[in-house]
Amino acid sequence: MRTTGIQELLKSRSLLFCDGAWGTIFQSAGLKPGESSELWNRDKRKKVLEVAQSYVDLGVDMIETNSFGGNRITLAGSGLENDAAELNRIAAEISREAAGDKCLVLGSVGPTGKILMMGDVSENEMYDAFAEQVHALKQGGADAICIETMTALDEAELAVKAAVENTDLEIVCTFTFAKTVGGDYKTVMGVTPAQMAEKMLSAGASIIGTNCGNGIEAMIPVVKAFRSFNEDVPLLVQANAGVPKIENGKTVFPETPDEMVSHVPDLIDAGVSIIGGCCGTTPAHIIAIMINNGIIPAL
Amino acid sequence: MADLKKLNESIISGDLDTSVQITKEALAEKTDPQEIIQKYMIPAMDVIGGKFERNEVFVPELLMAARAMKGSLDLIRPLLAERGIEPQGRVIIGTVKGDLHDIGKNLVASMLEGSGFEVDNLGVDVPSDKIVAAVQSKKIDIVALSALLTTTMPSMKGVIEALKEAGVRDKVKVIVGGPAVTQEFCDQIGADGYSENANGAVDLVRKLLAS
Ligand code: B12
Ligand SMILES: [Zn+2]
Repeated sequence: MRTTGIQELLKSRSLLFCDGAWGTIFQSAGLKPGESSELWNRDKRKKVLEVAQSYVDLGVDMIETNSFGGNRITLAGSGLENDAAELNRIAAEISREAAGDKCLVLGSVGPTGKILMMGDVSENEMYDAFAEQVHALKQGGADAICIETMTALDEAELAVKAAVENTDLEIVCTFTFAKTVGGDYKTVMGVTPAQMAEKMLSAGASIIGTNCGNGIEAMIPVVKAFRSFNEDVPLLVQANAGVPKIENGKTVFPETPDEMVSHVPDLIDAGVSIIGGCCGTTPAHIIAIMINNGIIPAL
Repeated sequence: MADLKKLNESIISGDLDTSVQITKEALAEKTDPQEIIQKYMIPAMDVIGGKFERNEVFVPELLMAARAMKGSLDLIRPLLAERGIEPQGRVIIGTVKGDLHDIGKNLVASMLEGSGFEVDNLGVDVPSDKIVAAVQSKKIDIVALSALLTTTMPSMKGVIEALKEAGVRDKVKVIVGGPAVTQEFCDQIGADGYSENANGAVDLVRKLLAS
């Protein structure tokens, strides 16, 4: 299994499963707003391993790593820029330890939070930050790189390039889209699924898709938009458990596992290849989807 | 003659160089700086703000316009000070502790600045003691708080409580905003006002200062 990549797995199975959220689970476990969850890789390794294990135990095909905000530009906000390589390497080691040979490890790479066109950071600095991160993720044992929650073409392209040029891993790239007033889907930077697909595939991503956003139902039209642009490329969808609300001072994600499950058939019809979850999803959401698709028997 | 209509257009299209150049010409010709701001610059931000809300443009266009506006404003501001024109009010603005979202808050800051308020932008991830210290150390009329995460929205309440504890809550009006913030939330935490966008923030501040 270990030697098999995502595309290889998709040759024998048309639908694969991936993990759900980590960050929102850490928040419930006491991660403070603004605190770097990547620091937990070093300081609370057991807690991170527990989350990784909880997903591996479901029997998913792949899990991610706790390294979403692990590029040195983002880490600089917590004074951790010089720990970037170490924190990413440990992130991958933790997921590898949980996954063993049972499932693939996708090294998570999120956006830097800087906007290139504003000149807050140069292209070189951004590229170097991504290169350092993907290199460390590979060192720690990642099987693939998952560049996610992107909204800007230029930044995502640099991340994909950094992964192509500094690792030999499969590259997944997902963007976050929202419905516009006109009814079609774009990122906050104004990028359409077709524009994203074209740029990321030519930069070297082999699997594309969409994550985060406004709940699973809104992912269906995005998948359709991808499919009308490209019929064959593997598509990954990791939806939030709905749009978070605040109730009695606490963040609540409204979609229950059953609600998510109810939209999965349409998502499959639209042409999704890999289903996982983003903010607010838990092992309960992922297992419900897997049971519903006959991957594992109902309890 | 400086082509002020073109200044308006170049702010809308986010053309910083042209905006700065026309502003320089206009100032060299002794055009009233307040007229430049009120008649040409603010209407430009209104136009781009409306386009953004209708999804006709997205964050990049918005940021470019804000930058062009700021470029012009930076030239005009010293002149206003020279003429002893008092700001219409003094505002400090920041995104609360734990929250790194910058864009919406900066937009509100530039709209307020363009509308004649003195704005001290404290940045993102601002702890409440920094806000309290600012209120204690200088004359401030409005504290504007931004939060984009439901997990950081409670920090807005924290700021209000910190202001109370320091005994300076009554010195200022506190306004709040962010996509998940609502009027109801604003009332719940005891803030003085909420607006859903940057244009609304200007009206809100005017209203609060008049009352
Ligand atoms: C860009 C972005 C980022 C960038 C920020 C870059 C930067 N330098 O600002 C980066 C990548 C760093 C980022 C990180 C994260 N983000 Co983010 N991000 C966004 C995104 C896509 C756009 C926000 C934006 O700039 N909008 C454009 C501006 C112009 O609009 P605005 O902020 O709403 O501001 C307007 C009004 O709200 C109002 N306003 C704003 N402030 C104020 C203040 C006052 C006083 C007033 C009166 C009015 C006012 O006026 C503004 C102008 O009209 C949103 C999704 C979305 N579509 O909103 C998610 C979003 C806000 N992020 C989200 C999340 C979860 C995160 C992360 C935790 C990780 C992740 N999964 O991406 C981290 C957290 C980092 C941190 N600790 O803060 C969630 C928040 C969910 C929730 N409600 O809790 C969102 C909604 C995405 C989603 N659907 O899940 N993010
Ligand atoms: Zn998410």
